[in-house]
Amino acid sequence: MPLSRLKHMKKTTRSNLITFAIVIGFYLVVQILSGAGLTSRSFEGQLVPICAYVMLAISLNLTVGFLGELSLGHAGFMSVGAFSGVLLWTMLGDSLPAYVALPLAFLAGGLVAGIFGVIVGVPVLRLSGDYLAIVTLAFGEIIKNIINALYLGVDENGLHFSMTDATSLGMEPDGTMLINGAMGITGIQKASNFTIGIVLIILTLFVILNMINSRTGRAVMAIRDNEIAAQSVGINLTRYKLTAFVVSAVFAGFAGVLYGLNYSSLVASRFDYNTSIQILVFVVLGGIGSIRGSIIAAALLTVLPEMLRGLQDYRMLIYAIVLIVVMIFNQSPQIVAWRKRVVERFKSRGKKQKEVA
Amino acid sequence: MQFLSYLISGISLGSVYALIALGYTMVYGIAKMLNFAHGDIIMIGSYVIFFAFGSFGLNPILSVVLSMVVCTILGVTIERVAYRPLREAPSLAVLITAIGVSYLLQQVAQLLWSANPKSFQSIVAGVGLQPLVLFDGQLTISAEAIVTILACIVIMVALTAFVNHTVPGHAMLAVSEDRGAAQLMGVNVNGTIALTFAIGSALAAVAGALLCSSYPTLSPTTGAMPGIKAFVAAVFGGIGSIPGAFLGGVLLGVIENLSKAYISTQLSDAIVFLVLIVVLVVKPTGLLGKKVNVKV
Amino acid sequence: MKKFVSGMLAAAMALSLAACSSSGSSSAADDSSSAATTEESSTAESTGIPIHLGGIGPLTGDNAAYGIAVSNGAELAVNEINAAAGTEVFTLDFQDDESDSEKAVNAFNTLLDGGMQILVGPVTSNPSISVAAECVSENIFMLTPSASSVDVVTAGEGNAFQMCFTDPNQGLTAADYIADNSLGTAIGIIYDSSDAYSTGIYTAFAEEASARGLNVVATSTFTSDNNTDLSTQVQQCQQAGADLVFLPIYYQQASQVLIAANNIGYAPTFFGCDGMDGILGIDGFDTSLANDLMLLCPFSAYGEDETTTTFVSAYEAAYGETPNQFAADAYDCVYAIYQCVEDGTITADMSASDMCDALKSAFTSMSFSGTTGENQTWAADGTISKEPKVYQVQDGAYVLVGSEE
Repeated sequence: MPLSRLKHMKKTTRSNLITFAIVIGFYLVVQILSGAGLTSRSFEGQLVPICAYVMLAISLNLTVGFLGELSLGHAGFMSVGAFSGVLLWTMLGDSLPAYVALPLAFLAGGLVAGIFGVIVGVPVLRLSGDYLAIVTLAFGEIIKNIINALYLGVDENGLHFSMTDATSLGMEPDGTMLINGAMGITGIQKASNFTIGIVLIILTLFVILNMINSRTGRAVMAIRDNEIAAQSVGINLTRYKLTAFVVSAVFAGFAGVLYGLNYSSLVASRFDYNTSIQILVFVVLGGIGSIRGSIIAAALLTVLPEMLRGLQDYRMLIYAIVLIVVMIFNQSPQIVAWRKRVVERFKSRGKKQKEVA
Repeated sequence: MQFLSYLISGISLGSVYALIALGYTMVYGIAKMLNFAHGDIIMIGSYVIFFAFGSFGLNPILSVVLSMVVCTILGVTIERVAYRPLREAPSLAVLITAIGVSYLLQQVAQLLWSANPKSFQSIVAGVGLQPLVLFDGQLTISAEAIVTILACIVIMVALTAFVNHTVPGHAMLAVSEDRGAAQLMGVNVNGTIALTFAIGSALAAVAGALLCSSYPTLSPTTGAMPGIKAFVAAVFGGIGSIPGAFLGGVLLGVIENLSKAYISTQLSDAIVFLVLIVVLVVKPTGLLGKKVNVKV
Repeated sequence: MKKFVSGMLAAAMALSLAACSSSGSSSAADDSSSAATTEESSTAESTGIPIHLGGIGPLTGDNAAYGIAVSNGAELAVNEINAAAGTEVFTLDFQDDESDSEKAVNAFNTLLDGGMQILVGPVTSNPSISVAAECVSENIFMLTPSASSVDVVTAGEGNAFQMCFTDPNQGLTAADYIADNSLGTAIGIIYDSSDAYSTGIYTAFAEEASARGLNVVATSTFTSDNNTDLSTQVQQCQQAGADLVFLPIYYQQASQVLIAANNIGYAPTFFGCDGMDGILGIDGFDTSLANDLMLLCPFSAYGEDETTTTFVSAYEAAYGETPNQFAADAYDCVYAIYQCVEDGTITADMSASDMCDALKSAFTSMSFSGTTGENQTWAADGTISKEPKVYQVQDGAYVLVGSEE
């Protein structure tokens, strides 16, 4: 594409292309470096979780940044997605070829998360602000508690299910446990890799960026900016709020499957409110409403605690301090104004020097 | 009798939640922020009492006072350093900073006092109060439960009186109503918010003392889960409302304990949260929350 | 503004990538240089080239107390061995996993980057399952001090060995011991349904209890979210008339159960498993409440034998507290590996993969005596067999009351 066309493009389109370019560029750079043996194992091991967190951050940004509602239960969607996807994978993985079973697992994860999105979406229509935050938090905790108490096994008589303990399943001795309460799913055949992760990120970006720049997205943002005004011009609040919420949930479900298939054991307690908050941190730090910011913040904040390993005992302490300092540095109006002044001064000095020269 | 005994332990647990929720709701009502670090201030306060009372043998009442002083200083410092610069920033920015502060306090506690749990000596027993035995020993109400419930009621009444009948209290109401207008009327907004944090943190010290007296395991993560539950309780009762926090806390404790006793110990939290969702769907601003009319 | 932030973040990202890759390349360089030096000298042990041990466990978060105990125990053993040998036999790099699979696998990769040859860890079950699978694909020998779930050795496919009993084994032994000695006529159980260890023991205990005709009258649970108040669970056992309460839980919550029982004047026999060890070391805990508490545990810090007394006094001198079984298991892990160094099974110049193969065959054929038992042997699947011991707390110390085969 000639550069001149890039210049005349619409600003949003150009911005979106840059976002795609960053993701693809990152993929290529990592592939080249790893091909040349320049990346560490530690870094390579973090690529799949990075992809999952990026997807989670993008999808949560749709709720927080564009719909303008605070959600503290994003990990709940991730959890149901992960469990349904991984469950399908462990049941079908042996009998079906991977190229069939894997997409099915992802579809199942997204679908189930989407269904839960609708269920949780109903209160969303009635509540806002911190009340909604608490309902989503409650949802995430309910999911965690239920999966923690869920026992599912299969033997020649079919599926067995219990909410109390493994013994009450009454399975034949040769039966296998599929979900074993707090132990979750174990013995998962790992299937995720960096390429799948990047493909999923691009898919997420494609759908969500298109949605934001479409009629739906404009309606959603109009609701965020002024609900009553939006309603008065004939925007269907229920429909657009629910759409945004469900899309967000579906991609969290995909991310959950990606994450779940990267480890050989999966437990529900991993997806607690701390994880939801962690994803929210990515979104806020990257800039609410900035998709590109979410991507970069998610990647960076996933790598940061690993890079701090050398600090031993002080690792999480430093992480906490970094979080507070970055937040104040980025968001405090006084500091932002001060930063602008500094930048201005440098600019004007640069101009003067040019004039002198 | 059995039911009564479960009910009382539920009210006792609920009163602890209510005490913590009072701190949450004060700060939320006036500073309009969710102070996620509140639970961790409770933890720090409990450690202060643990060392003052348990290790150095200080008078239990004095230990609590000392802990209140430490927590107040801590709360005001956190507000000054971490929250005040973000007063005009989006509310989410402050929320994330509060989470950062919460991590920070937990890590500091672990570095200072190790991750090994400590067993907290009940300050209530330290004062010399005995459990109440009723119906020929069929029903025992622990002294901790009685003190917690009483403390909670006294603090709720005192706070309500303070807010409604004193000058700083009126300033708080004004700031909570409209920060800009309050400032124009000559209210010292920063001072009022700092005072709110001071009171909230002092309450946290009391809550910590009673939480750990009833449930004596103390570790750097002790404050986290009760903090979240208290936050839920505050929203349940209508966040920003002082009687609401009390009602929400007690109800939460009772529902949690009765569902543990009669339905399922595994799913008690799921049941608590489900009740919460149902209540909020029916009454979107909580039990005693003010209905906000949205104007164009 | 947004541009500035994302620009800054992007720059930092690029930096971090560079840092990661540079650290990767430098460790690769280290490897090649160490390989070069070993080629020059044929006998590795005399040259003082250390064997790199890696450790993984929770050093922060809810389970930090267990991870720190393991880290201390392993560190103490490494220091002792190095001091005794007069040369650096082992180095130990212990990494935090916050008791989470993702962090544990990250820690594992970091350790491999640092040249780890043998893994001591992880500490908790779920991270261990994930790391065990990685150990299979990298062919690394893994010896976990305390991850007792059967799924750990299953996932390890012969590469993962345990220093502790498996959960079902503990549940089974506990039920048999209670039945054989008629310790209780009505049994109550309180366990943590959100914890793999606790649930694992409970499941096996419940099965064996019904097989042996034990009368289980109450089964009560809690989760890591609602463990603030355990008085309801204690009351349930009391109401059901249980005269023995089985507590397959960790000592933190067990201390709460004991206090809650004392508050309502309920005094059944309490019976715990190895997670109970450490209860007497809780700062501020009134140890008289634990009087007559029984626990099935391979390690006692009050043991009289020389191995134990040496370990306990050294540990107390170094860390200022009485070691629990987490520390003892970790200490034994390092000494078990050292036994293989001494008999020449492994030398520092071997690759991690060769070491793994050598250790696998050595562990299944050797017998090891340490602080957690005499003549311990391992099956090919990685599970340990040792003599289970039952202790009773009397006057703030453990007294051996029996052993069960």
